[in-house]
Amino acid sequence: MSNSRRDFLKAGSAALVAGMLPVSLVKLAFAESAENFTFAYISDSHIQQIKGSKFVRNWDQGLRRAVAEANLLTPKPDFVVFGGDLAQLGSKPELDHGAEMLSALKYKTYMVMGEHDYYLDLGEYWSKLYGDHFYSFDHKGVHFVVLNSIITYDDWTYNRWESPERRMNEMAGLDNPNGSPFMVGKAQLDWLRKDLADVNSKTPVVVFSHSPIQKIYRGWNFWTEDAEDVQKLLKRFRKVNVIYGHVHQIQYNQIGNIAFNSVMSTAWPWPYPQSYALAESHLPILTVPMNRADPFDERDATGWQFMNMHTGRVDLSYNLYGNDNRTVAWNDKQKRPEDRAFQDEDARVAPQTHY
Amino acid sequence: MKHILILPLLLLAFGSLAQPLGLPPVSIPEDNPLTPEKIALGKKLFNDTRFSSDGTVSCSTCHDATKAFTDSPLQVSKGINGLTGTRNAPTVVNAAYNKTQFWDGRSPSLEDQAQHPFLNPVEMGLPSHQPILDIIAADGNYQEAFKSAFGTSGQDITMDQVLKAIASFERTQVAGDSRFDRFYFGGDSDALSDAEQRGLTVFLGQGRCISCHVIEQDQAVFTDHKFHNIGVGVNELGDKIIPLAQAFMEAKAKGIDVDVAVLSDVDTSHLGRFAVTEELSDLGAFKTSTLRNIAVTAPYMHNGSLKDLREVVVHYNNGGALDENTVITPYLSGGIRPLNLSDEQIDDLVAFLETLTSPGFRAPATETAQAAIAGN
Repeated sequence: MSNSRRDFLKAGSAALVAGMLPVSLVKLAFAESAENFTFAYISDSHIQQIKGSKFVRNWDQGLRRAVAEANLLTPKPDFVVFGGDLAQLGSKPELDHGAEMLSALKYKTYMVMGEHDYYLDLGEYWSKLYGDHFYSFDHKGVHFVVLNSIITYDDWTYNRWESPERRMNEMAGLDNPNGSPFMVGKAQLDWLRKDLADVNSKTPVVVFSHSPIQKIYRGWNFWTEDAEDVQKLLKRFRKVNVIYGHVHQIQYNQIGNIAFNSVMSTAWPWPYPQSYALAESHLPILTVPMNRADPFDERDATGWQFMNMHTGRVDLSYNLYGNDNRTVAWNDKQKRPEDRAFQDEDARVAPQTHY
Repeated sequence: MKHILILPLLLLAFGSLAQPLGLPPVSIPEDNPLTPEKIALGKKLFNDTRFSSDGTVSCSTCHDATKAFTDSPLQVSKGINGLTGTRNAPTVVNAAYNKTQFWDGRSPSLEDQAQHPFLNPVEMGLPSHQPILDIIAADGNYQEAFKSAFGTSGQDITMDQVLKAIASFERTQVAGDSRFDRFYFGGDSDALSDAEQRGLTVFLGQGRCISCHVIEQDQAVFTDHKFHNIGVGVNELGDKIIPLAQAFMEAKAKGIDVDVAVLSDVDTSHLGRFAVTEELSDLGAFKTSTLRNIAVTAPYMHNGSLKDLREVVVHYNNGGALDENTVITPYLSGGIRPLNLSDEQIDDLVAFLETLTSPGFRAPATETAQAAIAGN
């Protein structure tokens, strides 16, 4: 822990028990603006049924741990967002098992739809548990929009596959020539236009989606086909944050007025080492796919995050278990999100070049 | 504190300090060089029961040289007036290699560590360190010993010197040369039986022990010096952990003594490394202890809750619980998962762990450990 936090604790008010949060969050308690609050974000748990009541233990542990840790946050977050892909193959047992673990959260929880929750029954059972696939809400002066960004062309969805299971499996694949790009779709864009119509352009807007509302890599659907259409609707707002899951890694970007931040998965990190195949590589061929950098530690390269909403901007603190925790925060001078510790080139950690 | 690596030749100069097979050089702080005078003084201080409020407890009470510098078979240590703490006494043997001291690593060095038990109300219970200096000032033998070790006497003797002497003595308590060392580093392929060699294979492979209990190419201290939540203690806390962690944070912010808090309350003790760092990842996490001489230091884990090595292996085999029906903590470290070891693999692994005993150490009671030494 940094000395500054220790000093702060000693000097601070006895009523404030702040030890589990980074300094940036602690300071919120003293901030005056109504737009300042915290929330937690858990995502991409991929709860997977093996058979009957048997589920993949590793993915269960990831979600259980994030939930248990989020319950320890002090001061308490205003709410928790689950960023999609609660299930692996969208089945009722998977969604039920995931919902049961999520129900241990001691806070109000907002849900985002992921493709793994959707493509078996097109979100029907998910809706029974959680309601609308897309919606908006207001909280302490901030307008929050939750999009279902993982739908695709109707022809692909309704006409191409002989079974819902096949459809689910095809959408779950990476670099899959049978796949189809994610999109928000016309109906939802119309809804979004209407939803935003009455919102003042000075009101901070935060969008939660499963896929990035920007185009990164189409082969893995790190991509939303109609991202530009969504960005256009968000253009008139002064402060916009888009927070997305799906990519299982830390990303941040600024496009015009929109700050983009990704969140970690509680299950596994992307990319898998197979991604080296994208470029010519002389690495030894892996006979056993390694699902994380440290194959001993199931939680290596996974995590969850607390978010500090202040003056309409979102700072993300990543809780990364055995790895160095990271903070990606809004830099008001540069007008973009930046990594607090590793932004400077000198501060970056060089990749390992020998083994 | 700066450290220098002590040269094997220098170690040889002290005779008893020849670098044992399987161990790296001991790191010596630059401001506390080893001298025979200081080591001898440290040993005397280590064994002096007068430095406790009722005159019955010394360092060696819980770190007994005849019990591999533990108080085996006690589950948790006993201090003044029969008071018990919350933690199992870790051995001093090879503590020189630890990067932090205590189960939760709340102390950075042997010198720093030595000051705390004197004052802890359940250990030696002194109100301050002054009584120690008073006893030393009135004791002719100590006057001579401090004169030759530090060139000081009377009122000029300081606690800093007391701690440096104790740390110097502790730093000489290193032990390798086990049958494992002779097999693995010494090239003696007959040093381990077939079962023990199979156990080593489990240790390196399916048992995944090696990931934390590290063996290097030319030496082995059997620790990664890190902290892991392996389900011990914290499993039993269940949901209590939320109010407990919050109450502890509140008390710590108000300035409670962490050393006192973790040794006087069992539940607080189970918070582990979190009590020191306040990091979520450290909740219920304890330091990876060395496995050297593990067969003679039962019982095991920070609270001494596992009575023998078989229970330890079964605990890990179940993915973090001795009883497979236990609800395992969600805060469990990512390295802990069920191992699917067969009964024979478990037996082999236990047999291997019993080969880590250095010459001269023996278990106080258990028959299995005695047998291991007899086979030595």
